[in-house]
Amino acid sequence: MSEQVPILQIGQVLLVSIQTDLDDHAVMRLQDELASRVVESMADGVVIDITAVEIVDSFVGRMLATIATISRLLDADTVVVGMRPAVAITLVELGLSLGGVTTALTLDKGLRVLERRRLEAAAGDGDAEPGAVEAGFPPGGAIDS
Amino acid sequence: MTEPAVLSITGNNGVVMARQTVRSLAQDCRLSLVEQTKLVTAASELARNALIYGGGGTMTASIVDEFGRRGVRVVFADQGPGIADVDLALTDGWTSGNGMGLGLSGSRRLVDDFVLDSAVGRGTTVTITKWAR
Repeated sequence: MSEQVPILQIGQVLLVSIQTDLDDHAVMRLQDELASRVVESMADGVVIDITAVEIVDSFVGRMLATIATISRLLDADTVVVGMRPAVAITLVELGLSLGGVTTALTLDKGLRVLERRRLEAAAGDGDAEPGAVEAGFPPGGAIDS
Repeated sequence: MTEPAVLSITGNNGVVMARQTVRSLAQDCRLSLVEQTKLVTAASELARNALIYGGGGTMTASIVDEFGRRGVRVVFADQGPGIADVDLALTDGWTSGNGMGLGLSGSRRLVDDFVLDSAVGRGTTVTITKWAR
């Protein structure tokens, strides 16, 4: 049985934390589910936490890259957080550089990346409502940096 | 010597089981964390290949002692259509399906020994070994 990965929403951000060894069906389902949720929730950011993930093979690597591309098309940024050093070393040797995927070491840093992008987008867009931007901040993530 | 672990890979769950079996052997063999990760990743790629391109197959994994070295050896065997051009199949980016073409070439880079035996109509057997340092 392949299990379902919960997708949590915090403000404008969808958070997915992969906690178990997912089979390929579950990986594909997560990809599809995230795309629908980005649109439904009008999220502008997606964080995928892979702290607990022991290996990323080409299938999961492709899923991460595809989610990043899909969410970009749906006007959201994706950050992959918590990659283990051994996973990074293995990915490079495998031949997957995940060039199009933004990464951050921790969840906190990942949220700040999204926050910065949101501010940049608001600054670049003259008629953006500042209120809408403010409302998007995840609680507690906006202090330093 | 422990008995080899034999696993049949007939569905997606087989790929997950293959990863878990190989990880547990790699830990028993005291491979470093990076070596474990590389071996398990290679096993995941090859188990998926056996499932998708070979129509399912078997995995046999064991700890081996050879010439004073200790390592984990994993054999993936399927009775699928086989590979016509083995050299081409080992090229980065080459795929007969809709994968990324990194499974074979990438997993070869992740292990110490890699032997691919295949012929059209005769299925494919891939044997990989990772030695403890």
